Amino acid sequence: MLGWELPPHNSGGLGVACYNMCQSLAKCHNLDIEFVVPYKLSEQPEFMTVHSVTDLPTPQVAQGAYNSQSPEVHAQQEAYVAFVEKLVSRNTYDAVHAHDWLTFRAGLRAKALTGKPFIAHVHATEFDRAGANPGNQLVHEIEQQALLFADAIVAVSNFTKDIIVREYGIPASKIQVVHNAINPADYATLSLQNDYRYLTEMKALGYKVVVSLGRLSLQKGLPHLLRAAKLALQKQPKLIFLIVGDGEMRADVIETAANLGITKNVIFTGFLRGKQWRDSYTIADMFVMPSVSEPFGLSALEAAGAGTAVLLSKQSGVCEVLRHTMQFDFWDITKLANQIITIANHPVLHAEIAKNVQNEASNLTWDNTIAKFQKLYAGVGA
Amino acid sequence: MSRTICLYLHVHQPYRVRGYTIFDAGVDSNYWFSDGLASNEYIIRKVAEKSYRPTNAVLKDLLMHYKDFSLSLSITGTLLEQLQKWAPDVIDDFKTLVATGRVEILAETFYHSLAFFYSRDEFERQVDMHKQKIQDVFGVTPGVLRNTELSYNDDLAVWADQAGYKGIITEGWPAILDWRSPNFMYRPVNTKNIRLLLKNYKLSDDIAFRFGDRNCREWPLTTEKYCHWINSLPLDQQLINLFMDYETFGEHQWEDSGIFDFLRQLPAEFLKTDGNKFMTLSQAIDTYQPVDVLHTPRTITWADSERDLTAWLGNAMQTETVKQIYETEKQVLASKDKTLIEDWRRLQTSDHFYYMCTKWFNDGDVHAYFSPYGSPYDAFMYYSNALKDLQLRLLRTSQGGKEQA
Repeated sequence: MLGWELPPHNSGGLGVACYNMCQSLAKCHNLDIEFVVPYKLSEQPEFMTVHSVTDLPTPQVAQGAYNSQSPEVHAQQEAYVAFVEKLVSRNTYDAVHAHDWLTFRAGLRAKALTGKPFIAHVHATEFDRAGANPGNQLVHEIEQQALLFADAIVAVSNFTKDIIVREYGIPASKIQVVHNAINPADYATLSLQNDYRYLTEMKALGYKVVVSLGRLSLQKGLPHLLRAAKLALQKQPKLIFLIVGDGEMRADVIETAANLGITKNVIFTGFLRGKQWRDSYTIADMFVMPSVSEPFGLSALEAAGAGTAVLLSKQSGVCEVLRHTMQFDFWDITKLANQIITIANHPVLHAEIAKNVQNEASNLTWDNTIAKFQKLYAGVGA
Repeated sequence: MSRTICLYLHVHQPYRVRGYTIFDAGVDSNYWFSDGLASNEYIIRKVAEKSYRPTNAVLKDLLMHYKDFSLSLSITGTLLEQLQKWAPDVIDDFKTLVATGRVEILAETFYHSLAFFYSRDEFERQVDMHKQKIQDVFGVTPGVLRNTELSYNDDLAVWADQAGYKGIITEGWPAILDWRSPNFMYRPVNTKNIRLLLKNYKLSDDIAFRFGDRNCREWPLTTEKYCHWINSLPLDQQLINLFMDYETFGEHQWEDSGIFDFLRQLPAEFLKTDGNKFMTLSQAIDTYQPVDVLHTPRTITWADSERDLTAWLGNAMQTETVKQIYETEKQVLASKDKTLIEDWRRLQTSDHFYYMCTKWFNDGDVHAYFSPYGSPYDAFMYYSNALKDLQLRLLRTSQGGKEQA
């Protein structure tokens, strides 16, 4: 397995997905997995061997970790390729399974050196990351090559599969969709007192908390949520919007809220971890994912697991598997505002969809999912 | 021909808001930096060491040696309180200066706030609080007004005139002066008795901003050169108003720039010319007659190249938060909760909004130098979170009231 991050040092869903996927593969199918990451991990998982390319500690704040414009990222990538070349010349593997563009070059080299099957697992494409912009041509090319030469491609959703077909010209038959999943143990539960004391008190006064959680990047569509918030607040002033995360768009997002004149009802937490991060799910009455282009959207599963009403942009992969949700096109702020007001004003509706989506999420476990990988590995002769 | 220098120094420190997160809101209502290198105590102690003590020592010497040396000071309430806690000897130094009778203290808002533009009532209360504090500490009553950041317009002049102030000061900016020179006494439009003194920004900024700048054409600035400039002004321009931050000495311009030597030598050099003297603002008002009436419909300040309020109220983060702090006025005061009212007033200090300024944010300029935060967005986040806690305290008060009723 070639990856770029693992918990607890993850900047987004990629590390969590890799970790849980490997755990289930190792546990249910007795697979012997070796996992390569660029940094040194503070904790070693028991179920697989982790190789670190460098002794550098994982950066604590992962803001802009995947900024494809950064020269550092390209240097790290070269070191990563060299490391994997050595690794495959020393040991024998049955297959190489690489996660996203940062590891694709290494995956291609491993395939070239060993002749073993190469599986390209696409969690996000440059097309998603760039939002409406053209994106980084070099990254696009790396993705293009990897997708062409891969023996099999895994896409995290039909949404992503369509992008791979449409934007990269890859035949649909080569792409297998495996939706991300979640481990029940990872559900945030309200066991201890919630750390958001302010919000707890405001909720007691009748306020509803709308949470959005993710990197503040173009792809995540936060300005659309804020514009919808402005509309919603005009009809229902007892709403508080909690924006959790950090990223390259932070300044724009904060300025948008200020320009809309809604900062009294908006909270920016910055980057959170651990209990504060989990408490963001449990304090939520509603979870909104306003993404412009979201290959999957693991945080929506976590929110559903926590028993929150979930509102998803149709431009997301997770809306293919969470049906008991409110859905909207990311640009349709009137619709989103209506959905927020409706849920806020109708406790019965809120309770119903929160319960149903929680049930739905409880079946989307990695243990139920990984049989698909087993089949895929067999199919490419691994 | 004789000339007069009115040296006026502004002394101020805010209560800086700590990295206050949303998790603090509702739990801990202490908004102020209390430990580490950004703590208010640390900054007061540092600035006292680098600027207040050495500058006061020089000023004391100068007052002792030159009977024609005098100056004016404005000291905010937020600074006086913090000095009393962490550097009380500096207050004693200031008292010694004032006791000479040749150091005038100006009136202003206790909290260095922008209240004049948002709540006339609160503005008046803060000016009164400051007056009371100055009387308590120094035993004098201010007769000349300066508003925060020398912000000024016709309405303020009218207010100050009716309130009985004999003088008011602001920036000598060409936009209000037109063809006129700042080196005269003026009268604001629609007023009866009050006089307007204008900062000579070229000569003031030569010291305050350009003194240590080695890229400046006139570097190094000597007292000979400087007094030569003043003495070469047209003969009828007699009143030279040098207005600047007190922290120019030792904090904005560091000791190794030679700023203290410059201050030490300035009176001797200037007083070499017969008839030249230093005056307090009140003395100048008693000495010089106004030459013209000035109209200032739009607010000006002494900040940035725009000389307006955009450093404090130029973007939506600033206007949103300032609006929120003033819209709670009635509730806050009705709460009769002393700590709450005090926190509310400390949050009005203009510096908080200055830290959120995004003008030339990328240039790492003067704004960044004064900010204790990584960026204007951090400043906004912390301040907003503190506001949310304050709003929650108000909600609790009103809920409590309802339950009792």
